[in-house]
Amino acid sequence: MTNVWSNTITVCSSCSVKTIHEALQQASEGDTILVKKGIYKEANLKIDKGITIIGEDLPTIDGDAKGEIITIGADNVTLDGFKIINVGVSYTTDYAAVRVVNSSGFVIQNLELEKLFFGIYLQKSNNGKVLNNKVRGEAVTEFNSGNAIHLWHCNNVEVRGNDVRNVRDGIYLEFSSHIAITDNFSKNNVRYGLHFMFSNNNDVINNVFETNGAGIALMFSKFMEVERNVITKNWGTAAYGLLLKEVTDVNLKNNLFLENTVGITVEGSNRLVYSNNDFTSNGYAIRVKGACYENEIINNNFLYNSFDISYNGKINDNKFDNNFWSNYTGYDLNKDGIGDVPYRPVKLFSYIVNRTPEAIILLRSLFIDLIDFSEKVSPVFTPDDLMDENPRIKRIDHDKN
Amino acid sequence: MFKILKYSFYDLMRSRWSYVYFAFYLLLGVVLLFLNNDLSKAVITLMNVIIVLVPLIGTIFGVMYYYNSKEFTELLLAQPLKRSSIFLGQYLGVAISLSMSLILGLGIPFVFYGLFMSNAIWDFSLLLITGTFLTLIFTALAFNIALSNENRIKGFGYAILLWLFLAIIYDGIFLMSLIIFEDYPLDKLSLIGTMLNPIDLSRTLILLKLDISALLGYTGAVFKQFFGTNFGLIVSFSALTLWVLLPVLRITMKAKKKDF
Amino acid sequence: MIKIKDLYKKFGKNEVLSGLNLEIGEGGIFAVLGPNGSGKTTLIKCLLGMVIPNKGEITVLGENIKSGSNYRHKIDYLPQIANFPNNLKVKELITMIKDLRGKTSLDQDLISLFKLEPFLDKKLGNLSGGTKQKVNLVLTFMFDSPLVILDEPTSGLDPISLLRLKKLIQAEKAKGKTILITSHIMSFVEEISDEIVFLLEGKIYFKGTITELRNKTNQPDFEHAIASILTDNHV
Repeated sequence: MTNVWSNTITVCSSCSVKTIHEALQQASEGDTILVKKGIYKEANLKIDKGITIIGEDLPTIDGDAKGEIITIGADNVTLDGFKIINVGVSYTTDYAAVRVVNSSGFVIQNLELEKLFFGIYLQKSNNGKVLNNKVRGEAVTEFNSGNAIHLWHCNNVEVRGNDVRNVRDGIYLEFSSHIAITDNFSKNNVRYGLHFMFSNNNDVINNVFETNGAGIALMFSKFMEVERNVITKNWGTAAYGLLLKEVTDVNLKNNLFLENTVGITVEGSNRLVYSNNDFTSNGYAIRVKGACYENEIINNNFLYNSFDISYNGKINDNKFDNNFWSNYTGYDLNKDGIGDVPYRPVKLFSYIVNRTPEAIILLRSLFIDLIDFSEKVSPVFTPDDLMDENPRIKRIDHDKN
Repeated sequence: MFKILKYSFYDLMRSRWSYVYFAFYLLLGVVLLFLNNDLSKAVITLMNVIIVLVPLIGTIFGVMYYYNSKEFTELLLAQPLKRSSIFLGQYLGVAISLSMSLILGLGIPFVFYGLFMSNAIWDFSLLLITGTFLTLIFTALAFNIALSNENRIKGFGYAILLWLFLAIIYDGIFLMSLIIFEDYPLDKLSLIGTMLNPIDLSRTLILLKLDISALLGYTGAVFKQFFGTNFGLIVSFSALTLWVLLPVLRITMKAKKKDF
Repeated sequence: MIKIKDLYKKFGKNEVLSGLNLEIGEGGIFAVLGPNGSGKTTLIKCLLGMVIPNKGEITVLGENIKSGSNYRHKIDYLPQIANFPNNLKVKELITMIKDLRGKTSLDQDLISLFKLEPFLDKKLGNLSGGTKQKVNLVLTFMFDSPLVILDEPTSGLDPISLLRLKKLIQAEKAKGKTILITSHIMSFVEEISDEIVFLLEGKIYFKGTITELRNKTNQPDFEHAIASILTDNHV
């Protein structure tokens, strides 16, 4: 809301207003602060009015490691076009480059954050947007680093077009709902590319997660749409593309899991629908760790994974149907495009590797092929009803719009 | 030695078996490529074939050649030639002609299919290099068996047994011991176990470049260091070379002392 | 030409040569005889370096055979069973042996002597036993070495070829060569050899001319002389 009486305050080294702090003091509700190019060594800037702050030619705000840099505590604040560096690191307080507290209608966009602890920290704030920000951290371990975009108790926020790298979690959500996470790029983060805890009714669409400790961790959450994401190259100890832990009613559609140690690790999760995804060249495509019921895995492509599905129990209550499995060796005599013999995606060897991980060194040996074959003929260790009754003969061309 | 090599090689290049072997690989390559239409998948299937069949054919062929040319070898022994050059010449003649059949038989269909424009070329080259190593190793082992056994039935028996052991039984024992000792740290043990069997060694070497690397994270730091860096590649190739050199060395030693 | 001192050879527990001493001078045809298992073939193979003795010393033309394979340049050897690589042609085999041992021009004469021209382009695997033996003979005689060792040279030969072989051996002798022959055909041995070396239980039982042998055993002819040695020694 702009009213006709609103003012613009310009900040620059040669202006009458030389610091952002000063401008904030002078501004009143609805005003605009225009900050010219330059370096502003300021920290603990409190924004308690509904104002717009715009950086021209990307001015730098250097917090000098003195703690938090910008704190927004009012509705309808827009922060646009700054480079913000040197957030203080603390083990007791989560200092952020930009923090939004108990506010609504905020827009935070076109920021570049470097040398940070936490990047953009949204706390009990609703109806806002976080758009096109770039975050470059220097995180090495989980313990002394923060998250790039952090949402805690938020509702109805759009997180779009951000590029977050080298922090702990690229995007973190806790107790937040109706969050739309779209078109983001999350890479080289120490822990997760995207991390959900106790957050429901969220959409994750069209993001790319690359070489993170793990791509996405969805924990204790429900009613989610995860669509058209690319999750790739999450390699290494305990690495996986997507972790699903205690989640229910999630739709996973049209995602690509490429070259991850594990495509999806899933535990205690029910009523999930996995459809039209590509699992390509992963160590494991889907690793089921137990207590997963009423899930549907349909119309996916499983291409050249070392193991398609790994199970460590004997009970199966999940439905596998109409997938394409590149490891399928059956035939299709009636030419309906569906293989005439069912496919069993769980190999005995994956069961052995679960018990004795070092046995992986025998992967693809003739002996292993023999025992896998005998298990296929008469299942002893693996669930005998776990099979795709209608395996496809040709890989599915997914509609990728 | 090179003269003997040359004649053994010529002799073998005209033998029916070389053509059968060559034709088999040619057919395999063509069938794999034109049924599958996917180079990467064909490479994986080929790996399975190579690590099983190449040792088998190398052993059988080596033993067969040795026994078949026994009288001729005796003729050569009466000539002013060194014993080691006679046997090394024959060994290399067999090993090289087998490797040629393998490389050409598989290479031709893949080249026609457009290998040089594909990024599978490195995987494929690695496959052929490993196949050649396996041929060299198992032909040498076959010569060792034949040199130590005058009785050809016994010789063939031992050859088959050797293959059966290294291709299947060894892995069975290996897996059992891993499961039995699963409470102990096994990473180094399993790497050593792999080095001690040329078939396992070749398999891991190929998997390094194909899919095992994606799974290593799960198996701890030693595996990761071994397979994640060039270190593993260097060690594996050195071990393979050792696997060629030791049996060849024994051929020359054995040949020096043997009565004909 | 050949000096053998204290030669011992055991195969497993079976002692085949037990302290054999033998000296063979230059020139002449020597027949090595003895019952089965007396060590004839082992002796010849020791000479050729194919069997390695447990003890003893062998010199051929003044050269200790342990010192290398070069002394074999002076030996032509005809093995008992001739089996060649089946996929080589006769011509190629001859070229190959020439390639291995050195140049010679005698092969053409020998080929025409044994009438082998029609077989030159045939593969060795397709030849009959007799023809193979002829090829074997060509390979042996084409190098003109001072020492010739023939192990059962008559096996598989037709009468005409046998005649030619005898002539050839005589011609070689005339050149001053030393020729060592083993054979089971007594008439052939009697006809052709100058001296007999008789082996028994791994030792030389007798060495001398046929006349000397007849005198020693008091037998009217060669065959009986041999038979009497064998019966006297309970073989």
